[in-house]
Amino acid sequence: MEIKADTTVCIGAGMCALTVPKVFDQSEDEGTVVLLQDDVPQELEDAVRRAVTLCPSGALSVS
Amino acid sequence: MPELTMPTTRQRPLDPPDEITALRQQAAIHRMTYADGHQGWLVTGHAAARAVLASPCFSNRPEHAHPPIPSARMELATRPERLRVPPGFFLRMDPPDHTRFRRLLTGQFTVRRMKTLEPRIAEITEACLDAMEAAGPPVDLVQEFALPIPSLVICELLGVPYEEREQFQAGTKVLASLESKADDAVAALGEISAYLYGLVGRKREKPADDLLSGLIESGELSDEELTGVGVLLLIAGHETTANMLGLGTYALLTNPDQLAAMRDDPSVVDNGVEELLRHLTIIHLGPIRTALEDVEIEGVTIRAGESVTIHLPAANRDAARFTDAERLDVTRPAGGHLTFGHGIHQCLGQQLARAEMRIAYPALLRRLPGLRLAVTPEEVPMRSDMSIYGVHRLPVTW
Ligand code: SF4
Repeated sequence: MEIKADTTVCIGAGMCALTVPKVFDQSEDEGTVVLLQDDVPQELEDAVRRAVTLCPSGALSVS
Repeated sequence: MPELTMPTTRQRPLDPPDEITALRQQAAIHRMTYADGHQGWLVTGHAAARAVLASPCFSNRPEHAHPPIPSARMELATRPERLRVPPGFFLRMDPPDHTRFRRLLTGQFTVRRMKTLEPRIAEITEACLDAMEAAGPPVDLVQEFALPIPSLVICELLGVPYEEREQFQAGTKVLASLESKADDAVAALGEISAYLYGLVGRKREKPADDLLSGLIESGELSDEELTGVGVLLLIAGHETTANMLGLGTYALLTNPDQLAAMRDDPSVVDNGVEELLRHLTIIHLGPIRTALEDVEIEGVTIRAGESVTIHLPAANRDAARFTDAERLDVTRPAGGHLTFGHGIHQCLGQQLARAEMRIAYPALLRRLPGLRLAVTPEEVPMRSDMSIYGVHRLPVTW
């Protein structure tokens, strides 16, 4: 599973960092999403899918 | 002609009005007559609510919105000074104006930043509990606990001297009441703005380690814009978390098994806070959005110019989204509720609110294990008359 994060769309609500801190972080200055790894290990796939649906801005997608 | 007007009378204090629940069970979107005669819509379904809130076809600017329910303040909605969004009040802006402010502020409210605030929130909570023990019992939990914790935290974060709170606390109350006269609301907003404008001036002279000083230092905002941002954060920081703490404690005290779970099992607290947010949904009469172009939501065409009221308490009880949605169950995974909204305006302070609740509820329940209502549940005055739901007072003893 591969994640894409569009920081131009992200509003920095932090739902992703809260849901899967191992995969998502937020930048210090703008608070927008930072991907810590874009290839997701299998055991985190469900959590990442949850983060994608929780993201309020539609900035995240997986393929 | 549709006859539906928005039901607001609750039969049980913690549940949305029965008419709303009945509507939700029929359909996700309903034709509704607004207080000024406008024919708009009411959304009661979770998926439809998300779709509206996420859609760029809808505006949050006040000049487009119609008032869903009558209030003494209704005439305000049509006044020229109200139609103008004050500089910096980005909640009521659309992109790209909104984007600029939101970007400047998100860095201040990250999950990580909120974590570093936690020890200070814990200290504030303990100090309030000390004062509460010294004062009581019985005490009003709203005055001693639910209001001062978020108030102290947001003042500290923004850089507002807490001793000066009397200068704006009365004003935030007037603004939150649906009973307030138009002139009083305008005056209250004016007073809070004047206070913050003065504070921005003082911070320019003498910067400190706080959010306002940080924003000044970024050099991107005018004093008027800084004032608007400050007003928005101050109002939002006072009313919302305070009502979650007050109403949440009422909900726990009237559901002792849930209270015991929150008190005795630290692993329940995170979920428990989400569940209280979902079940109580203190934003109970809105938000409102207005379509800027024709847009289809779940098979219904909403025409340009039509206002849509999103009933968040109904959406958060949608059986299609949450199993056994009517039940308060602090052990369920309640993520995905819409209490903080959705889309680009989703609450900026949500991680701060979560941090405050995760600390405050267990601290209260463990410090005072014998905590109980000092009156019957029916005697607790509910905030049906306010735009943010909660309890006016919560007399407790232990
Ligand atoms: S949840 Fe979405 S909007 Fe929020 S920080 Fe993550 S990517 Fe950005």
